Amino acid sequence: MGDELLNVVNLVKNFQIRRTRNSGSKKRTVQAVTNVSFSINKGQTLGLVGESGSGKTTVGRCILRLIEPTSGQVEFDGQDLGSMKFEELRATRRKMQIVFQDPFASLDPKMTVGSSIAEPLIVQGVPGDHNDKVFELLELVGLSVDHASRFPHEFSGGQRQRIGIARALALNPALIILDEPVSALDVSIQAGILNLFEDLQKKLGISYLFIAHDLSVVRHVADRIAVMYLGKIVEIGDKDSVFDHPTHPYTKALLSAVPVTDPKVERSRSRVTLEGEVPSPMNPPSGCRFRTRCWKAQDICAQQEPVLELRATGQMSACHFPES
Amino acid sequence: MAEKILQIRNLRVTFETPFGQVFAVRGVDLDVEEGELLGVVGESGSGKSVTFLAAIGLLSSRARVTGSVVLQGEELIGKTPQQMRSVRGRLMAMIFQDPLSALNPVHRVGKQIVEMLQSHQNLTNKQAITRAVELLDLVGIPQPEQRSNQYPHEFSGGMRQRVVIAIAIANNPKLLIADEPTTALDVTVQAQILEVIKRVQQQFGTAVVLITHDLGVIARVADRVDVMYAGRNVEQGLVDNLYDHPSHPYTRGLLSSIPQAGKDRLTPIRGFPPNMMSPPSGCAFRTRCEFAEPSCEVDIPELKVFNDLQTACLRAHQLPSFRG
Repeated sequence: MGDELLNVVNLVKNFQIRRTRNSGSKKRTVQAVTNVSFSINKGQTLGLVGESGSGKTTVGRCILRLIEPTSGQVEFDGQDLGSMKFEELRATRRKMQIVFQDPFASLDPKMTVGSSIAEPLIVQGVPGDHNDKVFELLELVGLSVDHASRFPHEFSGGQRQRIGIARALALNPALIILDEPVSALDVSIQAGILNLFEDLQKKLGISYLFIAHDLSVVRHVADRIAVMYLGKIVEIGDKDSVFDHPTHPYTKALLSAVPVTDPKVERSRSRVTLEGEVPSPMNPPSGCRFRTRCWKAQDICAQQEPVLELRATGQMSACHFPES
Repeated sequence: MAEKILQIRNLRVTFETPFGQVFAVRGVDLDVEEGELLGVVGESGSGKSVTFLAAIGLLSSRARVTGSVVLQGEELIGKTPQQMRSVRGRLMAMIFQDPLSALNPVHRVGKQIVEMLQSHQNLTNKQAITRAVELLDLVGIPQPEQRSNQYPHEFSGGMRQRVVIAIAIANNPKLLIADEPTTALDVTVQAQILEVIKRVQQQFGTAVVLITHDLGVIARVADRVDVMYAGRNVEQGLVDNLYDHPSHPYTRGLLSSIPQAGKDRLTPIRGFPPNMMSPPSGCAFRTRCEFAEPSCEVDIPELKVFNDLQTACLRAHQLPSFRG
């Protein structure tokens, strides 16, 4: 497709675990991300969902090469990031920014808000006095110009997150990776931040990779959804296909586990409650990684790994016995 | 009407800090009926946890607690720590967000249940161990006999929360207080734990207070709901009524902030929660309320019957009807 901004192909990240007294001489590997592929178009949002340990944050960091992927390709605007030298990578990173979950940890408490927002401009060697740009950014994210001279501790969680967003916007990025950007916020505050993302996208045409565990939030902001389980994408497609007609049993169970804010709906819903918990990524199950918790699992699921296949409702899913 | 297990009247909790007094709870009135599941919802700092920590006598001596908490006809405020110890675990028990810190890491989980049983009942070791295994089975822990000989670190997060529930219900208390019991868990595990809590309520007639910030969780399991804001209850009622036609502007604001399928634009609540060292005069929500008028600054509104809810808003009868 012509308007593709980010293309991730067969991304793999394994972490080596240091030998401990208990593990003996065996070196152990955590398979955090295994063969993940997806793309994001210009001006679009891909929601990446999954439970703890599914590898969604690792995917985000590998894209920026904040951690080095074990293998696979990340193409940004047609350029392969993996083969870039550091200087080249740094220049490309102007166009890719990240906003983290914890708005308390991601701002330097000793820097004024204005200098935090201006820092990326200085790092990237943008010439001139950055005051006007900082003021413009503050207004863009719904803060006021006189906030520039204050310190992070004077702000609430929601306001700090807006500061983090202003900083991410400083270099006019084409892509922002949002790693659980509203998880630490109360719902009444969260709604304002979600609206801000929407407005910024409309105004500036930015693409988002929106990483979150909260499915209702992701449904609200994303155009497309990728569902991860134990380091792999099990289902990916348009938001409405995935949410309205989930074809992977895990997607179905995940959607069924999320409570809806309507008691009448909750009472009438049929529910799939999964048994057990996510297995360790150090020793993932053979074949389909979900089979140990799946109510449809058969022998073939242990022997043969399912690949992503196109379903009638338009999305891809990796399952031998897809829901229809 | 069912009998009341717990009656809280005009409960106030003030903390002394080096920076001044924090008015965490400012006159809470609340009843828990026999065998019901009451959801208590509010955002960070609304006083929902402090209210119940005060009721069960777990606040530090730095907190000044006044008002009345009557459990099965017995006044709890003013009891000595020793007297409270005989109430806790026998008549009411509490579980928390982080199950790991609630368990003793150096004792086997079976022993921790036995300890709870023997501190309130005259049981031989053998009887207590048998009962402990039964309890583990009841909360859905597979192979309870073997598991009772394991240490907390050998359990996953969801399994630990089940152990904590087993300890809490060991002496068949009349009231179980669950403070954000699923917040640290993934959604599929959250669904399992909510089922366990619901089963305890239904099977043993235990009244449950479920404290949470998640209105979806309440919609799924609660019979009745109490909404807290800035240390007071602002609205109470049956879940169906409250979600269908909330009357208090704060409850309405919360429900409009939540992303839901089919909702296009979220409506956040403007501003942010007040500093509880100097809460606004009159109705604490007036600073964020679109319906506030000068009279709201004067008197603190009390809960009054409005339609089929109890609402603490002077203007409840003048507000337009609520549309999602």
